[in-house]
Amino acid sequence: MIAIIKYKAGNIASVSNALDRLGAHYYFAQSAQELESAKAVIFPGVGHAKTAMDSLKELGIDEWLKTTRKPVLGICVGMQLMYEGSTEGDTKGLGIIPGYLKKFDSEIDKVPHMGWNTIKKLKEHHLIHGLEDKKHLYFVHSFYAPVSEYTIAEGNYITPFSAVVAKDNFMGVQFHPEKSGSVGSKVLQNFLDLVYSQKK
Amino acid sequence: MLTKRIIPCLDIKEGRTVKGVNFEGLRDAGDPVELARRYSDEGADELVFLDITATLEKRKTLIELVKRISTEINIPFTVGGGIRSVEEIEELLKAGADKVSLNSSIVKDPELINRASEAFGAQAIVAAVDAKKVDDHWDVFIKGGTENTGKDALKWMTEVEERDAGEIMLTSMDRDGTKNGFDLELLSQVNKCVSIPVIASGGAGTIQHCIDAIKVANVDAVLAASIFHFKEIEISELKRVLGAEGIPIRPS
Repeated sequence: MIAIIKYKAGNIASVSNALDRLGAHYYFAQSAQELESAKAVIFPGVGHAKTAMDSLKELGIDEWLKTTRKPVLGICVGMQLMYEGSTEGDTKGLGIIPGYLKKFDSEIDKVPHMGWNTIKKLKEHHLIHGLEDKKHLYFVHSFYAPVSEYTIAEGNYITPFSAVVAKDNFMGVQFHPEKSGSVGSKVLQNFLDLVYSQKK
Repeated sequence: MLTKRIIPCLDIKEGRTVKGVNFEGLRDAGDPVELARRYSDEGADELVFLDITATLEKRKTLIELVKRISTEINIPFTVGGGIRSVEEIEELLKAGADKVSLNSSIVKDPELINRASEAFGAQAIVAAVDAKKVDDHWDVFIKGGTENTGKDALKWMTEVEERDAGEIMLTSMDRDGTKNGFDLELLSQVNKCVSIPVIASGGAGTIQHCIDAIKVANVDAVLAASIFHFKEIEISELKRVLGAEGIPIRPS
């Protein structure tokens, strides 16, 4: 089953509803022990990076996440916390993916980046398999991860940023697949396919 | 490219969808969940549910309805109407709402914006502002447009941004329900004062009105109720025309 991390910064109702629509089995996990029995993990997140990180630490999930070999999908702030840190509240992240989050320059355009935008595929990855570049996904964020060698698709708002990242068993999406209509469902389905097609 | 959003608004009373002219003479027109699904299928980018009785009658928005909506549709939605506390916001977000819109409560207790934004993130907090022209400026009205607060609307919107609201939903009380077009003067002014997204509301009657709001006043999203509600304009058709006008949209 898929474990959805339940902590203070999760939009878990939206994520679990999306999994329900796909007919996937899941449960909510609030400790490292509960995560242990999962086949894969969805790590959602909304709001402030610091609040989210503090809540993870409180539950003792941060250390577990750093070392797990299970597939992990971070969504929005969940993805952001996989990085080394963020200028948002001077937050130290999990350090799974190299790099630091920066804030969009509000002198250039409106912040947050809120609404539907396209992404550009830079590398092939199962998570975005079959996704066309012209398709729109729903974003809401003020901080962004710069494009790096781990970026598999980039978004562009004010500056190019990492819209989809992957490193080893860790994957992250800056947009909200659970709120991105059928295109978002496709991304979640890809994640499920990836999880359930994997050999033990 | 970030697209301009088309947002149908569903006014809710006792679990049913309603819409009247200038908030009076309500007409019943359907099940909100059914309508929400139809809008989502037609290409709506987001949905707004306003419990319009909530402020006047001090009723809480129906949590059960929010849960139903959240299981049925897979695009973002906002819930508003009579929300007064961080606890109520939490209840709605947990039920599956992506954002809440706050109106009268933040005028009485502006600090609520800071508290809510800190607790749930600015992205979840929409400041709804009902503005009406008084002499040469706009005042903020509350309680469904029945009470003038005497607050200057432009100053108030600057303040909600400073207090970390994620978005502004600006309704022109002069235009709401008239179908005479958005208040372009008001919307243009606001966009000079704030740098968070602005949703234009009040006055949509034709496709051209939506084009004007986006091209002339540079709003980020247009919200309307009755034109979609009674199928006067199909969302897919609206998007097709906006696209043909060179406005970035998410195709239906």
